[in-house]
Amino acid sequence: MMRNKSVAFLGFDHVRCAVRPVPAALVFVSAFHHHAAQQQDQHACLAIRRVLSAQPGNAVTETDNIVVETAEKIFADLADAQTINADKAETWKAPLWQALSESGLLLSWVPEEFGGSGASVAEGFGVLNAAGRAGLAVPLAETMLAGWLLAQGKIAAPEGAMTIAPAHPKDRIALDADGKLSGRARSVPFAQGAQHIAVLAQSAAGATIALVPASACRIDKGLGVGGDASDVVTLDKVAPIATAPAPDGLNQTSLLLMGVVARSLQIAGALETLLDRSVTYANERVAFEKKIGKFQAVQHNLAKLAGETSAALAAATSAADAISSADGFDEALFLEAAAAKIRCAEAAEKGAAIAHQVHGAIGFTREHILHRFSLRALAWRDDFGNESHWAVELGRMVAKRGADDLWPLVASR
Amino acid sequence: MTAALRFDPIRLPPVCEELRKEVRAFLAEEIAAGTFDPHKPQREDSDAPEFSRRVGERGWLGMTWPKQYGGHERTFLERYVVTEEMRIANAPTRRFFVADRQSGPVLLKYAPEHIKMDILPRICRGELCFAIGMSEPNSGSDLFAAKTKATKTDGGYLINGSKIWTTSAHIADYMIAIFRTSPPTKENRRHGLTQFLVDMKSPGIKVNPIAQITGQYEFNEVVFTDVFVPDDHLLGEVDGAWKQATSELAYERSGPERFLETYYVLTELVRALGPDPDTRGAEGIGRLVAQLHTMRRMSVSVAGMLQAGKEPVVEASIVKDIGTIWEQQLPHRVRELAAFVDGEASNHATLDELTAFATKLAPKLTIQGGTTEVLRGIIARGLGLR
Repeated sequence: MMRNKSVAFLGFDHVRCAVRPVPAALVFVSAFHHHAAQQQDQHACLAIRRVLSAQPGNAVTETDNIVVETAEKIFADLADAQTINADKAETWKAPLWQALSESGLLLSWVPEEFGGSGASVAEGFGVLNAAGRAGLAVPLAETMLAGWLLAQGKIAAPEGAMTIAPAHPKDRIALDADGKLSGRARSVPFAQGAQHIAVLAQSAAGATIALVPASACRIDKGLGVGGDASDVVTLDKVAPIATAPAPDGLNQTSLLLMGVVARSLQIAGALETLLDRSVTYANERVAFEKKIGKFQAVQHNLAKLAGETSAALAAATSAADAISSADGFDEALFLEAAAAKIRCAEAAEKGAAIAHQVHGAIGFTREHILHRFSLRALAWRDDFGNESHWAVELGRMVAKRGADDLWPLVASR
Repeated sequence: MTAALRFDPIRLPPVCEELRKEVRAFLAEEIAAGTFDPHKPQREDSDAPEFSRRVGERGWLGMTWPKQYGGHERTFLERYVVTEEMRIANAPTRRFFVADRQSGPVLLKYAPEHIKMDILPRICRGELCFAIGMSEPNSGSDLFAAKTKATKTDGGYLINGSKIWTTSAHIADYMIAIFRTSPPTKENRRHGLTQFLVDMKSPGIKVNPIAQITGQYEFNEVVFTDVFVPDDHLLGEVDGAWKQATSELAYERSGPERFLETYYVLTELVRALGPDPDTRGAEGIGRLVAQLHTMRRMSVSVAGMLQAGKEPVVEASIVKDIGTIWEQQLPHRVRELAAFVDGEASNHATLDELTAFATKLAPKLTIQGGTTEVLRGIIARGLGLR
């Protein structure tokens, strides 16, 4: 189970030099990164280093990022929305999953020493933005997050699909004195079908990272608005495969915020596609003897959709950049992550409504692909704490700092 | 995909944070000296010539312009920091703001050398106030319907007609305006307008004040009767003003002034709700702060892309569209949340007063400098719908 395998990105071995001496996310695995970077052939790395500049501000949106390009190629080839939507037998799923697995993308955030492909945090977020654009319906984000959590405890990542628990801010999983895990985690995305669950548990000694087999948990199946699994996971004295104390700074809030930024990038990606599809449709569909995109009312609706898409993109990529280049978890990082989820969720509501309005009745059909993006964008609002939850938390933080410290906080970003 | 939107997560460089400290210290001194009250954005007359000169002395006017014209050759990101700190402090920027943001760059691009050498250094010293002559009684958003005429005469032009909603015309030294030099053509209705620099002391100019619903006095009607403008005050191409108004617009549209105009009500709300607000108060603050942070990140992103030589025209219009709507709605959101403020809050009166003022101010925010409707048309064109 705990084989320490080395998985490289398909045909892009040199992408490993993307493992830069940049601090990782909310908690750091930079020791591994330095080690890995030293092992690289410096010459082979030069070109790719230029492309994958580690400077903040170039984190997620550089389109010439080879990791993101790999993901986009797989999504284009094996996760075409039209094909998937028409495929009632779900024959698309296995080849897509296999490609994601073989490419190393599933374990983007796991260092090579622990069986992953050691991409940077920024690259991983870029992959999730692309996954959002594709309306991806497999647990890529969940497996990546689980791998990331395990890596924080230096626990090697197993093969196969994973997810994380807890996924809801109010749920807790406890580790007792006998080393057994108990608790209930609601709204766990893709728990059904996962082989393993990465758990952040609370014990007398503090937060603990644990790897458990999904088969040892009771999983009550559920479906989110987007049609993807959202389950209740109950642990009743489950013996973990491995445990490790969580490093300083990693707690349930920082884990959820990592998930929140992932979802924000997915929502932003889905909105990008909703905008693209809606503009294309408005330029094709004729009513009242002209293309509906020529009507000012429709144009203004689409301009608003572009605004919401922009806000979501800006908030999500900013938060991803902040986490990617942070050297500690602080209030500024909390602002970035919470704000991304709040604003992206608001954008999802407004944006999905406009995309449907522009499409009219055809967009309400099962046959049309619009729902693959609109409903997922709406569903992703709910994961890892919805916008109301994070707004309350953010509001409390701002109130505690006081009125005159609000602007300095905002301006510090 | 249709045209992809880009909002690179640009961060302000360290030099900006040094500058921010300087600006904050300067503003604190000015406040302490009684130059202005940061809690009184509703002051009736925000003209402050001495303050303007001191801002110039600090090197914060014409920051991005060439040194030969008195500028400082700094980045747009540095200018961004000065602008946002001034705005947050409710500093009296009226005298220099238009000249610094808009008029100077137009002169830099289109004025003859001797005029640049004469006027630009004075803008940088904070000595000059500019107005912009665009709207007319029968042409607002439809800029190219302007009728005020510039008729060729010996050594220059004679101006006849009127401009309206002209902010600061009553204190301005100069106006940059568009006047009709030819009729529009069948092929191009935008043809026939020419940009001019007008000395506001010229004989024949009459400035009539227009009262606003906030009680402030900012804008005017300006009537021109045989006003002489010399040939060398013509800016750019005769009949070609429509070609000249594009590149600066991105700067004008996406700056911090496009979402911070009513920020003070948010500060006062946070103050009034105190360190331990109830759930509804906390959620309200959290959402507004998330939206504010996002707006600012978008705006900084556009500034950074402009500095890097990119042309995010659509992105800039988006920032103004959603930024002005946000600052317009802010007093209404604050009003709702103010229902949960403890009656004992020390700043109760200030909050009420500022919310009332911002509520009255709000309607203009989505009209000035390009209406929401005009912006959405530009965005739609950028999306490939026009």
